[in-house]
Formats: sequence, C-alpha cells, structure tokens
Amino acid sequence: MKRMKLVMVGNGMAGVRTLEELLKLAPDLYDITVFGSEPHANYNRILLSPVLAGEQTIKDIMLNDVDWYEKNGITLHLNKKITRIDRKNRSVHADDGTSAGYDRLILATGSNPFILPVPGNDLAGVISFRDIHDVDAMIEASGKYQHAVVIGGGLLGLEAANGLKLRGMDVTVVHLPDALMERQLDPVASKMLQKSLEDKGLNFLMGKQTEQLIGRDGRVAAVRFKDGQEVPADLVVMAVGIRPNTQLAESAGIHCNRGIVVNDTMQTFDPRIYAIGECVSHRGIAYGLVAPLFEMAKVCANHLAEFGIGRYTGSVTSTKLKVTGIELFSAGDYLGGEGTEDLLLSDPKGGLYKKLVLKDNKLVGAVLYGESTDGNWYFKLMREGTDVSALRNRLLFGETHLGDSGHGGQNRAAAMQDADQVCDCNGVCKGTIVKAIVTKGLFTLDDVKSHTKAAASCGSCTGLVEQILAHTLGGDYEAPEAKPMCKCTDYTHDQVRAAIRDQQLTSIPDVMAKLEWKRADGCPSCRPALNYYLISTWPETAKDDYQSRYINERAHANIQKDGSYSVIPRLWGGSVTVDQLRAIADVAEKFEVPTMKITGGQRIDLLGVKKETLPEVWGFLADRGLVSGHAYGKALRTVKTCVGSEWCRFGVQDSTQMGIDLEEMTWGSWTPHKFKMAVSGCPRNCAEATIKDFGVVAIESGWELHVGGNGGVKVRATDLLCRVTTREEVLEYAAAFMQIYREEARYLERTAPWVERVGLAYIKGRVVDDAEGRAAAYKRFLESQEIYRFDPWAERAKGVDKHEFTPMKVIEGQTA
Amino acid sequence: MNNLAKKVAMPTKPIKFEQWIEVGAISDIPKDGARVVKTPLGDIAVFRNLQDEVFALRDKCPHKGGPLSQGIIYGRTVACPLHNWSIALETGIAVAPDEGCAASFPIRLDGEKVFLSLTPSDGSADH
Ligand code: SRM
Ligand SMILES: Cc1cc2nc3c(=O)[nH]c(=O)nc-3n(C[C@H](O)[C@H](O)[C@H](O)COP(=O)(O)OP(=O)(O)OC[C@H]3O[C@@H](n4cnc5c(N)ncnc54)[C@H](O)[C@@H]3O)c2cc1C
Ligand code: SF4
Ligand code: FES
Repeated sequence: MKRMKLVMVGNGMAGVRTLEELLKLAPDLYDITVFGSEPHANYNRILLSPVLAGEQTIKDIMLNDVDWYEKNGITLHLNKKITRIDRKNRSVHADDGTSAGYDRLILATGSNPFILPVPGNDLAGVISFRDIHDVDAMIEASGKYQHAVVIGGGLLGLEAANGLKLRGMDVTVVHLPDALMERQLDPVASKMLQKSLEDKGLNFLMGKQTEQLIGRDGRVAAVRFKDGQEVPADLVVMAVGIRPNTQLAESAGIHCNRGIVVNDTMQTFDPRIYAIGECVSHRGIAYGLVAPLFEMAKVCANHLAEFGIGRYTGSVTSTKLKVTGIELFSAGDYLGGEGTEDLLLSDPKGGLYKKLVLKDNKLVGAVLYGESTDGNWYFKLMREGTDVSALRNRLLFGETHLGDSGHGGQNRAAAMQDADQVCDCNGVCKGTIVKAIVTKGLFTLDDVKSHTKAAASCGSCTGLVEQILAHTLGGDYEAPEAKPMCKCTDYTHDQVRAAIRDQQLTSIPDVMAKLEWKRADGCPSCRPALNYYLISTWPETAKDDYQSRYINERAHANIQKDGSYSVIPRLWGGSVTVDQLRAIADVAEKFEVPTMKITGGQRIDLLGVKKETLPEVWGFLADRGLVSGHAYGKALRTVKTCVGSEWCRFGVQDSTQMGIDLEEMTWGSWTPHKFKMAVSGCPRNCAEATIKDFGVVAIESGWELHVGGNGGVKVRATDLLCRVTTREEVLEYAAAFMQIYREEARYLERTAPWVERVGLAYIKGRVVDDAEGRAAAYKRFLESQEIYRFDPWAERAKGVDKHEFTPMKVIEGQTA
Repeated sequence: MNNLAKKVAMPTKPIKFEQWIEVGAISDIPKDGARVVKTPLGDIAVFRNLQDEVFALRDKCPHKGGPLSQGIIYGRTVACPLHNWSIALETGIAVAPDEGCAASFPIRLDGEKVFLSLTPSDGSADH
C-alpha cells in the first residue's frame, strides 16, 4: 500500500510530540516531512530558562536530535520557513523555494512574542525570550553590558530577569499592573514573590507604562516611561505576552479567531489540515503551557493514526516558576468568585502562603508559595473532581498529613541529595532519575518507570518520583489524567469495565476484539485486570483465564525470591485449635519446611516450599481440615480479631465469633485488590480494625462499621460508615460494601484510594441509605460466592492443573 | 514425511539431529503458558504463546534469577514474576529499557511433538 504524505510546519514541542505519538501508534502509515524555521532540531523550549541561568546547556535540553528524524525516516528541513499553503494542490512552499505535497498537514507554528508598539522597539539590543537565538543574544549581552531591563513581570519575564541577574547584570523588571504574575497569583502571594526576588537583587518598577526606547548609535540605551522617569538599559527583553502564530493559516484562508480554530480532534476547518500547540484556539482557549499541548498531541496522533477514539476536551492548567530557590505553584481558578470559599494559610514572615479555592466541596484552584510540593496532589484532586469534604480540615497541610509515609517530608524531592535512594524496591537514587529525565527527555511518570524502574514495583515512591519530575521539568510536567489502562489501549479502566458490562463481553479475546486492542494478547498489566473485570461482572458465564493471572494466583501460593513458595492456611478469625496447630507442625516436619513464621495477619506462614511439592503439602493440610488462606490473591485475605467478650474484661461483643462469621461468608472472593477485615471487641480496638478495608468495632449497643482503611504503604484510618445492632446487619453491610467495591473499583485500587476517589457520601448513599440496593448487592455477593467459594488447594491436591506443578520432562545424564 | 522446518521458532545454528530431544507434546503446555524441563544444565522453561509458537529459555531471569516459566506470557515476551522485567522469548534478551540476557535454546515442533536441544543458541554453554 502506498503511504500517505504527512507534512508538518513547525518543529517545536507540540508538533514533534505529535509525531512521537503517531509513530508509536502507526509507524508505517505516513511518509513524514517536517519544516522548521529555526536552525535547530527539536529542543525543550521550557528549559531555556535554566540555560539562561547557567544551570543547563543547550546540549542538555535537546529532545530529538537530527539522528532521530533520520532513524524514523522523517525528512527534516531546518531553517526553512513555510510562507504559503496551496490548499487546492495540497502543497506547502518555503521561503527558499522548497516545496512538499501533502495528504495531511499539521500546523504547529507556536506563537510569537508580543512586541510593544513603542518607538525604538526595533533598536539593537531589544529582544524577546522565545528561542535559542534569544538566549544566545542575552548571554552575549550579559558579557558586554551592565544594565538590563525586562518588560513584563509574568512567568517568562521573571525567569529572564533571574537568568540575567545570575549572569551578572543589573536587572530591572518593569510591570504595568501593580502585582507580579497577576494572571497566576493572588495579590498576597504576588507580594511575597516580589519580596524574595528583591532579596535576590532584582529591582522592580511597578505600575509603569513604557513610552519609548531611547537609542544611542543604533543600540538601545534607556527606557522612558509615561510619567517621565527614565532608566538606563543596554538590553531590553520584552516579555509582555505571546500571540498565537496564525499568519500562515490566515493567508491560506483557514478560519482563525485568536488562534487557528480547531475541533476536538484537532482538525481545522479544512479537515485535511490539523493544528496543534500554542497556535490553536480550542473552544475559545489558546494555551501557553506544554501539558495541554501534549494532551492535544495525543489526540491528534490518535486521529491521524485513524483510530479516531481520542477527543480533546480542554485542560485545567497549572504553573510553576522555574527560579531556583523560589517555590511557587498555581493552578485553576485561584481567585475564586461566586459560590467559592477559600482555605488560607498565611505566614508572610516565614515565607509561606497557601490558598485553596473550593466550590461544591471540590478543589477548583490553588496558589502555593514557599512550599509547592503538594502542588501535584492538589492538581490531581482538582482534575479528578474529588469530593474533599472528608479531607477538609487537613487539606491545607498537604498530602503528608494524611499519613503518607511514601510522600513524607516537606519538599522532599528538592532537599534530597543525588545519592539518596528514592525507590527502595529497585534501589534507584535521585541522581539516576534526574539524569534519565534530562538525558532521555522524559516527561511522564510512565517514562521514568520504564527507564529507571523507579516506582515500577510497589509504587510507594510514586509521589516522590512525581515530585522529582515536576522539580526537574518545572511546569512542563504532565501529570497523568484519566489514563488509559495500559499501552495496549486508549480506553480507561472505567471505560473498559463499562464496555464489558454494557456489551456483555465475557472473554478476554472478545474484549480485545471489540475494543480494538493494539496488541493481540495484551500485556501483563491489562490481562489480569481484564480477567478480574470479566469474572467479577459475569461470575456465572465468564471463564477464569488462569494464564492471565499473576503466578501467585495461578499457583495459589506466594512466590519467593528463590522461586520457592510460601503456604499460609486459613485460620478463621485468627483463632486456632490444637488439631490445626498439630497439622501445621506435622506438615512442616514431614516436608522439611525451612521456615515457619507468625504473620502480621494472625496466621502461620510456611516458607520455602518447592513448587512441585505444593499439591502434596496442600493435600496433607486438606486432610486435616485446613484450606487456602488466599494470602497470595487479590482476594479476601485475613479477618483479624481480638479475644472480645468471651475473655476480655472490657469486651462488649463476641468479636472473635463475628470475625469467623465474616471470614466464612467472604473467603474465596476475588476483589480488585486485596481486601482485609478486622473485628475488635471494644473501642480499645486491639484488632486494629480502623486500618482495614472493612473494620468492625464492638460498642455497647452493637457494632460500628468502618471502611476504607489501609495499613501498609500509605496509612489511612477508616471512615465511619454507620452503626448497626445485629450480627446479620454486620454481615449484610460487609457483603454489600465488598460487592460494590468489586463491581466498581479499578483493578489494583484498594478500598482506601477508592473511597477517597468516589467520596464517603457516595458509599453511604449506596450501602447505608439505600436499603433495597444494599440487599441486592448482598444477594449478588452471595450468588457469586456460590461459584467462587471453594478451596483451590484441595482441588489441586486432587490433580487440577497438574501441569502447573510438575516438570514437562526430566532429562537425565550428561549432555553437550 | 519431512516437515521439520515448519514452525521453527527462531533461527538456529545447524545442529546435529541426534541433539534434538523430545520433551513432550505441544498440548502439554497451556496456550500463553510455560512448562519446565529439568536438565543437567539446570531448568529450562519451554513456552507456548497464543499463536502456538514455542520457545525455550534458561529458567533464570537475567535480573535476579527469577523463574521465567512462572511469568505472564504475551506476544513473544514473558514478564518475569519477581520484578516484572520483560524478556524476549526468541532471544532471551531483556526488552528495552531493561538490560540483560537469558540463554535461549533451540526448540522446534514436529507436528504435535516438541523437540529441544541443549546447546544454547548463543553458543555459550552454561554460565
Ligand atoms: C506474610 C506477611 C508478612 C508477615 O510475615 O507477617 C506479608 C507478606 C507479604 N506482603 Fe504484606 N504481609 C502480611 C501482612 C500485611 C499487613 C498486616 C495486616 O494485614 O494486618 C499489611 C498492612 C495492612 C494493609 O494491607 O493495609 C501488609 C501490607 C502489604 C502491602 C501494602 C499494601 C498497601 O495497600 O499499601 C503489600 C504490597 C502490595 O500488596 O502491593 C504487601 C505485600 C506482601 C507480599 C505479598 C509481597 C509480595 O508480593 O511477595 C508478601 C508475601 C510474602 C509471602 O510470600 O508470604 N503487604 N501486609 C503477612 C501475611 C498476612 C497473612 O496472614 O496473610
Ligand atoms: C523561556 C520559556 C519558558 C517556558 N517555560 C514554560 C514552563 O515552565 N512550563 C510550560 O508549560 N511552558 C513553558 N513555556 C511555554 C512552552 O515552551 C510552549 O508552550 C511550547 O513550547 C509551545 O509549543 P509549540 O509546539 O506550540 O510551539 P513552539 O515550541 O514555539 O514551536 C513552534 C515552532 O514552529 C516554528 N515555525 C513557526 N512558523 C513556522 C513556519 N511558517 N514555517 C516553519 N516553521 C515555523 C517556530 O520556529 C518554532 O520552532 C515556556 C516558554 C518559554 C519561551
Ligand atoms: S513481608 Fe511485607 S514488609 Fe516484609 S519484606 Fe515482604 S513486603 Fe516487605
Ligand atoms: S528476577 Fe526477573 S525481574 Fe527481577
């Protein structure tokens, strides 16, 4: 098949990202030609600020060098500006006469710095801050001249001023409004920012309107203001804003309105022509930050690849100032207005200011000054529209104060040394991550995961890695939004789940065919998820696909570092009998189990069992009445209990028996992630029920039910669901809660993040307020248990899945 | 009747026919699954993917020795059960960005039967 011709005008960040995404999806669909008016390959424009400040070099900020284009078969024309699009004959023409024909065209022309229309604006020494050329000019001027004036106190202007100051110039920032970065900050934060920049030695002239640039011998020499004041200037940097670069599009008759107007698939009014990046106007908004541009790039690539499932619906943006030593973050609607309320923490002396804007119990805006590590967390809450009513009293203090050992520490990413370990699972230190981000041009958490393995295992350091990303990249960091399930699909977990339910899909091949999976048999991340969604949605009809389960769930034991397995039999409610203890002792003796240990879940672990002997070990245990403890599964794990009213002088209910009843009802059930319960006999709570997925605490009048607790990586205490009086109620509420979690949470999402995501009010609505719904969920749970509540060990001891436990063949003797 | 060349899953060096050892039938291995063949050289994992291609690798992940036979198989790749490295089934080479290599062994299908050779494809015997 003949390839189509794709031409791109503009070799900047948005455009090249689109090509990268496209090459991932459909590497062979197009012959690609790129025109760039700059003489450089693709670089990270954002990092021009650290280059100016002398913290990085141009080499450090290259994203794709010329080799990359060559390797991907892209024809690259550098230093050529396209001046004409011939839509009739579908071709583009450059200033030097080069032309190229297209079937599809991408306009990624970025934006132009706005130059104040004042006399003298064409003098030598008057520049903008946009590209490598400008940075070179500034560095050169800083070596020769003394006085720099930066017009514009926004993000760009302040970064330019900071860089010039660090290069030894006297710098004055001129700003027309009274407050710096007034488009990103509220007045208080703005004042604090100005103060710390003054401490760094910058001068500010606020509320000043430039009237004229005065020259001497063709070079700028001073700036004069409306009020008559004049300041010396050998270099003037105009950073007063940008305008989408629409010139080319307009000249070709493509509809523009403060940007090239595009639809949700990034097409202009001529559907063969796409536009993306800072040059576009989408739903009336032109963006000037990379995160939204990268989202556009994904959608545009998806459409060009003819998948046609992505849509761009707009972005909430956040900003960080990249001036070393100053922590500043702002996002969303930071000023607030009708119907909003502010949460404020203000300590001007201590250099700390935080403002959070809430609307309808959701976070809609944030300004952080002095301490911005929680920026990403707030931003995530904003974009996910999380109901924050339950967090409200702790919200201002940041995520750390929710008891998050993984994220812990104030501004930890910044304070860390390069040699400090970030990912304890894979032994990755900060320096390695920063280096990978910088040298390999990584932007997302996923990139960092796959290149360094940091955060790729237990995930507890995810927050910290995100902080490091954010810190290294500045505002360029692209926090993942409603993420696709994995690289095999563009659909999110929720979309896949809905499709399985609504289209009644019952097998993995069905799902993959219907949803156009990109890889024939998926990957180790989507297959287990799909299998779980299928069996939890259609317990009766979907077939459990064992090859899509992680080895622990296939072998019904936990794999250990040496390839042996551990066996943990169920001890109901943490109680034991003499016979059970004897059975465990006997099995350990008979099979020479190297280690036995009491687990943190009130049972006994037999460690170091060879895979081949598992069925025999299980058979032995089954004969003595013990069943699988599912310590290996995304399933009901333990139900811990305390002694309760049977013996304890404080106990008010029989917590041990309640634990046993709960465990007997729920064992064998598969859940999105592991599910743990505990029952305490009084509010002293010796069974630690308030850090369990479902916790029960006995009170004089009955039982308190708690949900969404988590020990482990990120401790979260439960939320109180309600109080009930009878044993039957406890069982019904527990089953209903578990069933709704099973049906609605995402795979590998424990109840704690799930409850936080959907909100306690929602859970109460379903489990407490809606009696009918609760009863129905309880019934569905029991129905599913009819199928799944059996002992997988006993079965296997009798020969089920024999192939899993025996070698295919044993070859004896010498060879080779 | 000679269909020996059919479904050879990897380019193999010329090996003497006597070196091929029959290890069982393809139906002994589940689709997208693996079995272990115990040999004097150590355990060898024999894989079968969805397309019924077969592969053989030393059952030791290049990372920290995890048993690859216990991993999840997808396409021509297996994900190690211990720390989730991806290993290419044809070559034993870890898929970028991971680095390392597990020895691979010549294997072929003759009708239903699976034959394995104990001379590693990369030439280096045991290491
Ligand atoms: C055996 C045991 C440690 C012990 O010797 O006491 C244990 C062992 C493992 N835990 Fe645990 N956890 C054990 C109790 C706990 C507890 C305590 C509890 O349940 O009261 C916790 C904190 C409570 C909680 O889950 O909220 C706990 C939190 C974790 C976590 C973090 C979970 C989280 O949501 O943050 C992981 C990692 C994961 O699941 O991804 C984990 C993962 C593991 C794994 C499965 C790691 C792995 O993937 O191989 C370990 C398996 C070892 C093995 O082969 O047996 N284990 N683990 C305990 C088994 C209890 C049982 O009888 O089944
Ligand atoms: C100093 C600086 C700091 C920044 N800091 C941040 C930050 O911290 N966070 C953040 O999110 N964003 C930041 N930005 C903004 C970010 O860099 C831009 O949003 C982003 O680069 C825009 O991408 P783009 O592809 O749309 O445009 P560009 O990257 O500008 O690319 C457009 C390219 O098209 C070329 N071009 C234009 N017309 C033609 C033509 N007719 N023919 C051929 N080529 C043409 C241009 O030469 C240019 O190379 C910063 C920008 C600057 C300048
Ligand atoms: S048992 Fe739990 S805490 Fe202990 S090493 Fe394993 S995962 Fe870590
Ligand atoms: S041993 Fe295989 S990934 Fe670590």
